[in-house]
Amino acid sequence: MLRIKGLDVYHGYVQAVRGLSMHVKEGELLAILGSNGAGKSSLLGTLAGLNKPAKGDILLKRKGDTPPSEECPQRMKGDTPPSEECPQRMKGDTPHLAETEECPQSYQAITGNSPEKMVRLGISLVPERREIFGSLNVLDNLMLGAYHRYRSDKAIIPSDIREVMEFFPALKDRENELAGTLSGGLQQMLAIGRALMARPKLLLLDEPSVGLAPLVVREIMSILAQLKNTGVTIMLVEQNTRAALKVADRALVMERGTITISGSSDELMSDVKVQQAYLGRARVQAAVAL
Amino acid sequence: MWSKSLLWPAVILLFLALPFVIDSNYYLSILIVIGLYTIIVQGLGILMGYAGQVSFGHAGFFGLGGYTVAILTTRFDWSPVFALIAAVILPGLIAAIIGRPTLKLRELYLALGTMGFGILIHTLFNEGRELTGGPSGISGIPYLSIGGLSFDSDIKFFYLVWAVVLLVLIGINNLIRSRVGRALRAISESEHAAETAGIDTGKLKLKAFIFSALLAGLAGGLYAFYITFISPSPFGFHTSVQFVLMAVVGGLGTFLGPLLGAALVVLLGELLRWVIPLVIPGAGGEYEIIFFGLILVFLMIFRPKGLGAFGKNLKPPAVKPSVAPE
Repeated sequence: MLRIKGLDVYHGYVQAVRGLSMHVKEGELLAILGSNGAGKSSLLGTLAGLNKPAKGDILLKRKGDTPPSEECPQRMKGDTPPSEECPQRMKGDTPHLAETEECPQSYQAITGNSPEKMVRLGISLVPERREIFGSLNVLDNLMLGAYHRYRSDKAIIPSDIREVMEFFPALKDRENELAGTLSGGLQQMLAIGRALMARPKLLLLDEPSVGLAPLVVREIMSILAQLKNTGVTIMLVEQNTRAALKVADRALVMERGTITISGSSDELMSDVKVQQAYLGRARVQAAVAL
Repeated sequence: MWSKSLLWPAVILLFLALPFVIDSNYYLSILIVIGLYTIIVQGLGILMGYAGQVSFGHAGFFGLGGYTVAILTTRFDWSPVFALIAAVILPGLIAAIIGRPTLKLRELYLALGTMGFGILIHTLFNEGRELTGGPSGISGIPYLSIGGLSFDSDIKFFYLVWAVVLLVLIGINNLIRSRVGRALRAISESEHAAETAGIDTGKLKLKAFIFSALLAGLAGGLYAFYITFISPSPFGFHTSVQFVLMAVVGGLGTFLGPLLGAALVVLLGELLRWVIPLVIPGAGGEYEIIFFGLILVFLMIFRPKGLGAFGKNLKPPAVKPSVAPE
């Protein structure tokens, strides 16, 4: 549903993302792993429209299922294997742009759009450190998530709030309390709920486990798994590698602004490099050897 | 419970009875000036307290409103009501034009940008002699008359100005509790988070800037009708600083802050002008400024959130709980 080709992002003179190419499949939970300064948050910020890329393309699948055409008969049929008519499709990362050039109607360029436009297009970010509006109550925070839909969806916003409350029952009990008085876990749930109020196609989460107790992290991760089952595509940036790999379908490891390892969660779990660098296996082995 | 619900109407009624108690045009004129400044600071309060922007150029919009009334009524024989409407619209239009580039600036740069605008407008008032009368200004502005009712006395003007203050206060109270108000409060907390929630922060800040300019223009138009003479001196940089001071001292993002801030700054100025010569014989205006500054420094140390912070405990009238989208 999302394709990125040759993305370069700078913060001043520092290059945070270097020629990154990747794709996100519809309905998957993709974990982006890596250490501090790897460029994970910069990538998410760019997808959310907060950072303007210096180079590269971000392409998002258009709304609705475009009917198959003669030029590209397999288009929009999800995981259909490559065919002669549309040979580049679904062959991984490199031929993405070529594919969209062949099937130009199925993807739209969203590179450099404003954050507000990205939300309108269906990309919502749950920012690092939650950034809920502490002086507003829980309901107001949720309503702000649907700010851009007010005119078009006015009638269904209350039912959306009810749905979010059903997803996060703990929030319902405190709906009129100031968001700033909530615990870290509830604030994280509220931040996710606020993003869901935008009815996103792609939900971006930037380190949702930061500053939370292990039990709360487990709860948040289980919520993400449930969310994925509702059909929301999720990109999860996380330093808690073990927790992220448990819920993710696929994962990428970023180092110095580029992807160095990619594969299914199981593949990454058993990858020696990942084990040594991110799962603490080397430390365990060293301790055993001593 | 009933006593609480009657508190606000009682306060308003007592205030409206003031002209019958005060037997002095001087005191009445001070109350009128406080009312006019409150209108401006209410708009500035939205801009600074909610949209998180600062403006050191609002005396320019205030002056634009005043000069619009003066020029249209004396040179083009416009009716006072239409001139007042133009005095509201013109600053709003100019704010819309300069707002987009100016509001891209942040913090100190925004302060300097708006200050530059204020100085530019003030210079135009001084130098555009053919239209503005230059430093001598424009005299002979007629009294405001609406449907046969002429506001030709201080008492009438007192009621007009404070009726406008009340309307603006109620309007802003409702605005803050609306969808746009919630978004403005979100911006004041974290612009970054507001953007990620899908709020077009640039557009909303521009709207707040235009709204504050409209109110400043309205106050300027009323000022011109009240004084019936206009010159550049009340619209200089010093006045812009005073407006910011009123907003901060009153308390940003508070219900009563603009009113209390305007009242304190105006009353303190008048009080010091009277007290200082008694304490220090022969003292000039510079002593007033020193005492003025000292009092404000102490106030900011001991009440950093402004005077209006206490007003938060007094619930404003007609509070609507935000339990469902409006």
